[in-house]
Amino acid sequence: MLRSKLSQVACATQRAFSMSPKSLAAKQMTVRDGLNSALDDELARDDRVFLLGEEVAQYDGAYKVSRGLWKKYGDKRIIDTPITEMGFAGIAVGAAMAGLRPICEFMTFNFSMQAIDHVINSAAKTFYMSAGAVNVPIVFRGPNGASAGVAAQHSQCFAAWYAHCPGLKVVSPYDTEDARGLLKSAIRDPDPVVVLENELMYGVAFPVDEKVTDADFLVPIGKAKIMRPGKDITIVAHSKAVETALLSAAELAKKGIEAEIINLRSIRPLDMQTIFNSVRKTHHLITVENGWPQHGVGAEICARFMEDQAFFELDAPVWRCCGVDVPMPYAKTLELNALPREPDVTAAALKVLGGKK
Amino acid sequence: MLRTLSRVSELPIIVKQLQKNAAQAGVAKTNNYATEATVQVNRPFKLHRLEEGPETTVKLTKDEALKYYTQMQTIRRIETAAGNLYKEKIIRGFCHLYSGQEACAVGMKAAMRDVDNIISAYRVHGWTYLMGVPPLGVLGELTGVQSGCARGKGGSMHMYCPNFFGGNGIVGAQVPLGTGVGLACKYKGNGGMCLALYGDGAANQGQVFEAYNMAYLWKLPVIFVCENNNYGMGTSSERASCNTDYYTRGDALPGIWVDGMDVLAVRSATEFAIKYVNEQGPLVMETNTYRYSGHSMSDPGTSYRTREEIQEVRQKRDPITSFKELCIELGLITTDEVKAIDLKVRKEVDEATAQAKGGAELGLSHLWTDVYSNNLEPKLRGTNAYDIDHIQERKGVNH
Repeated sequence: MLRSKLSQVACATQRAFSMSPKSLAAKQMTVRDGLNSALDDELARDDRVFLLGEEVAQYDGAYKVSRGLWKKYGDKRIIDTPITEMGFAGIAVGAAMAGLRPICEFMTFNFSMQAIDHVINSAAKTFYMSAGAVNVPIVFRGPNGASAGVAAQHSQCFAAWYAHCPGLKVVSPYDTEDARGLLKSAIRDPDPVVVLENELMYGVAFPVDEKVTDADFLVPIGKAKIMRPGKDITIVAHSKAVETALLSAAELAKKGIEAEIINLRSIRPLDMQTIFNSVRKTHHLITVENGWPQHGVGAEICARFMEDQAFFELDAPVWRCCGVDVPMPYAKTLELNALPREPDVTAAALKVLGGKK
Repeated sequence: MLRTLSRVSELPIIVKQLQKNAAQAGVAKTNNYATEATVQVNRPFKLHRLEEGPETTVKLTKDEALKYYTQMQTIRRIETAAGNLYKEKIIRGFCHLYSGQEACAVGMKAAMRDVDNIISAYRVHGWTYLMGVPPLGVLGELTGVQSGCARGKGGSMHMYCPNFFGGNGIVGAQVPLGTGVGLACKYKGNGGMCLALYGDGAANQGQVFEAYNMAYLWKLPVIFVCENNNYGMGTSSERASCNTDYYTRGDALPGIWVDGMDVLAVRSATEFAIKYVNEQGPLVMETNTYRYSGHSMSDPGTSYRTREEIQEVRQKRDPITSFKELCIELGLITTDEVKAIDLKVRKEVDEATAQAKGGAELGLSHLWTDVYSNNLEPKLRGTNAYDIDHIQERKGVNH
């Protein structure tokens, strides 16, 4: 039920692109397969790369992201851990310090709070503390953000938490191309990278062309992507909220408003240049995220505008669409209303545009 | 060496406890001076899930005796210098001294091979020196100057060098990290292992047990070393731990209790443990020791224990004095040699102290140097604006 609804959304999202005949002919690949193939590529490419986490091996991954990898690479490279996040995250960081390239999977990022000391204090700070002697090439990955019907402890976005910390890189892919390219870049990166995936996107298929499936395909960390060009208003989003933004763009288009949709891809570094450039054209900006508002990604973007010449390009205040400032409720209707939806984004865009269109 | 399921083997297997007595030890002599001696360890090992333990009769050569004495004395002098620098307010923040515990580090280092690694907590000045950083690298790091081993950016708790993974400020966090270093040894198949050190305070951290568990499941070459100095800050081990036999707390992991004031016992236990963990998997080693200073420099260390207790250990169990007396008694070292070493060590540490006091801190640009090994931030933010360009000076060892 959920999946079929999701694929409808994905189709709608894809319609929101200006699709060329070439992309229509492209191969479809789910985000899950994008991640799986990225892991496979990098495990094959570098013997030092290994995956550890709960249920990653024999169970084939709690969300099947690592499906087939244990059979292919064996016990040494694909390691099932007990349910002890702090311990195995620490072990992964120690292995990275000693020259390996661990990929530490959190079954969901909610559980990474058990291990956040190792992400921040052990992984992110060691290179600086050692005056550049010991870098820590590790990837922390897993599904982040709200899932469906799993209530408060299993539904929150950690983008702002991890992006707050210097020494970390944080990426938040939206589609298959992002997921595959960013994960591969993260694994090859010499610094600790947090890869925030989204469970609700795992099963969604996107068109991918040949260059995306190439073994050397990489998406650069720190660069945003313009998903849809527009001249009237800029909408910045990351992860699943990109879908919401694209749906809103389609709706706004019906009213003759051309929204430019920016998929952040990276939360840290934050590609402000792409956003500034866009706003120089559109003079209006809203941000969309499924995380909480206070000190969030949108809040940071607002602050960056306040401090930059680009502020003077704005014809209206920047506005944020965020998750409602409450823990996630279980009940379906409440949950649905806890996150920004297309009408929320569209309404925000219309408000910011102030009837100019 | 077989693990037993009962705890019978925890009982001391060596009934005869020998006092330090050269008459009972075999001594090889040339020109009336001994070049090698056979010594019994001071107190018996206690074993958990082990049927055989470390050698209780060990060989000690003159060169080794000179080396261990020099190392222990150097650590003691470095710590004395650090304590003084702290009182002079030249060392800032945290400063945890190792005085009293020297035999633990020197004994373990004596058993380590080139492929072996060590990670510890925040009482690491001595270890940093033993792993190859000269006294100036340690003292300079404490005074925060460029000559420090982390160029003054790490401070007392964050020192590193090859095969030494720090210096960790978060109590217990180093234990899974060290387990990961052990995993890397096994993964690479280089025959190395990792000593993961923690105190009796950290021994109660949940992540320590998580690390035991995974190390056992995966048969990782890791020696979990609980340096039990009897106090986690100001809380005695009895007040913090439901079981103060730390060498038994690995459950399925075998354990060894060793007198941490006896450098030869620590060496023997570590030699045994290195062989064991490489062949069979992890092991817990408790070194029973004592710290003379407070937990850190801000702790006088007398509100939760008596001055008499400290004095008694200093007089009866001091690891340096007792080793010195043993070596003299065995004829391995002469009193003149002791004096010469003391003088040399004092001179070396005094010179390092002067340099550490007189050294310069890094230039301001180092504030924004080497935050990332591969920086992708267009600009770093200063206090008022995004007006800083990250400087890449080093890339780190892992590429």
